[in-house]
Amino acid sequence: MAIQERPVTIPAPRITPKPRRIRRDTVAAWLYLAPAGILLAAVLVYPIYQIVLISFYDYGQAQATGAAPLEFIGFGNYRELLADSQFWIVLANTFGFGAVCVVGGLVVGTALAVLATRVRAVPRMLLFLAALGAWATPAMAGSYVWLFLFDADFGVVNEALSGLGFRSMDGHSWTFGTLSAFGLVAAEVIWCSFPFVMVTMYAGIKAIPEEVLEAAALDGASAWRAARSVILPMLRPLLLIATIQSIIWDFKVFTQIYVMTNGGGVAGRNLVLNVYAYQKAFAGQEYGLGSAIGVLMTLLLLSITGLYVRSQRRSTPWQ
Amino acid sequence: MAVKPLRRTPRKPGRLVAEMITVVIAGFVAFPLYWMVLSALKPPGEIQSAGPKPWTLTPSLDSFTRVLSMNGFGRFFLNSLLIAVVVVLLSLVLSFLSAVALTRFRFRGRTVLLVMILVAQMVPVEALTIPLFFLMRSIGGTVPALGLNELGSIMLVDLVFSLPLAIWLLRGFVAAVPIELEEAAKLDGASRLRFAWQILLPLVAPGLVSVSVLSFIHAWNDFLFAKTFIISKTENQTLPQAILVFFKPEDTDWGAVMAASTLMTIPALVLFVLVQRKLVSGLGGAVKG
Repeated sequence: MAIQERPVTIPAPRITPKPRRIRRDTVAAWLYLAPAGILLAAVLVYPIYQIVLISFYDYGQAQATGAAPLEFIGFGNYRELLADSQFWIVLANTFGFGAVCVVGGLVVGTALAVLATRVRAVPRMLLFLAALGAWATPAMAGSYVWLFLFDADFGVVNEALSGLGFRSMDGHSWTFGTLSAFGLVAAEVIWCSFPFVMVTMYAGIKAIPEEVLEAAALDGASAWRAARSVILPMLRPLLLIATIQSIIWDFKVFTQIYVMTNGGGVAGRNLVLNVYAYQKAFAGQEYGLGSAIGVLMTLLLLSITGLYVRSQRRSTPWQ
Repeated sequence: MAVKPLRRTPRKPGRLVAEMITVVIAGFVAFPLYWMVLSALKPPGEIQSAGPKPWTLTPSLDSFTRVLSMNGFGRFFLNSLLIAVVVVLLSLVLSFLSAVALTRFRFRGRTVLLVMILVAQMVPVEALTIPLFFLMRSIGGTVPALGLNELGSIMLVDLVFSLPLAIWLLRGFVAAVPIELEEAAKLDGASRLRFAWQILLPLVAPGLVSVSVLSFIHAWNDFLFAKTFIISKTENQTLPQAILVFFKPEDTDWGAVMAASTLMTIPALVLFVLVQRKLVSGLGGAVKG
């Protein structure tokens, strides 16, 4: 009320000297940013500094409890890792597993988004509800359900396959083999991550003005040509975001791998960098080595996303 | 007779096939959830028998009773809920303040901050478990509610790790509010704070919904940090840790695991269904912004 009664003053923006406004803005901005900034500095930036530091030390249980002095070993941990054949296997696993999850989630999500634009409201609603359910399912619950579906003795999948005539699937263990165990985890990860892609891409397709597509059709463009030359370029910024998010999420999956392969599989055959670092540090109490893995993983993820963003920015006038 | 409607809508047969495929796919996507609830409701003998049936004639709450009578299950559930609620509330406040500062104020270093927030999202925070473990160990006892074995440490870590995405999301929404609106408010004599509180906040509500859901899911799902920080004080365990108890590689009580999984899924599912419209438009808006 009081706002309206006040006499309207004509603004005189030019009279206010610009530097003063900026200075006032700066103070206010830092005040607004302070709470989040302090927390981010303490719980994100400082630990990043710490992990790099720890990775240069021989940091085991004795050092953690203070029973033995810290010994600076430079790149010793990194040398040890790179010389260890298991590290290279884990690295390859991480790449393969992450790539399958990212590509799988994007392909399934985009394909279903396109399908959703082609059908009437009821089937579309059913699809969206199902996807919403998969999306909402906590990683822990999802891991257990998928394990149970594929359980050797009581799983419905083996039962169904056996019923279809694949008798050899009776009692087949999906989690024993490296590839099938990774495949099972990947299926669960794709199941709960494609909905994000689907919803994003569906919104993107819906936002394309009808006239643009009509114009393309009038110009004699085939459906395929329209998809490639009109729809795809317009969706590219969205695709970029969906891909980056998928890379970020799928390359650091922890819960699913840890739960579904019982801590990294038989004899550690299903480890990815994340779980490997955790096992080295907290089960093996080699904190220095675990930190080195963490640093390498961070560098890896930053460079994958960085390279992807660069390649996309070069081909499109993004932003 | 049959030809007539066909000619009127020539694309119908193709669409019908597409719709059938859609329904089948929806069924496959929903099946794990259906199976989880169904298995949780099966009587104890039925679930562990060969030849699982896709329905059950005699639903039983046996598995749920077994889970709920587990020592401390209610406590673990409340721990998880408390963590998630605190994380959501704090991340709403902090991300809103930051988003306003990053879009509405002009100051040096703004671009640098934006890039830093973008990069922060890409840092695999799971890799920071080791330094965070040491950090919590060293501040335990001196800082109240933080430190190892305290719920506050899980809250803090979950909050901070959901912040970069939350800020980034909200920034899009705040930026979409026309600057003229702020100028008009200023003409009417409203202070900046008042503008942010009374005009901006309601306008970015869909963004706030998205932030709440994402932060909730993030905290509700957290297994790694709960597992790392809560070592000896078992009453401070969270739901994901508690479910592990029922899972033994050789002799798993599947009924209990499915019942516990169902109980864990319900809050997240309820939240998603409640806000689904806003969530979809919210993510769309943020992505566009």
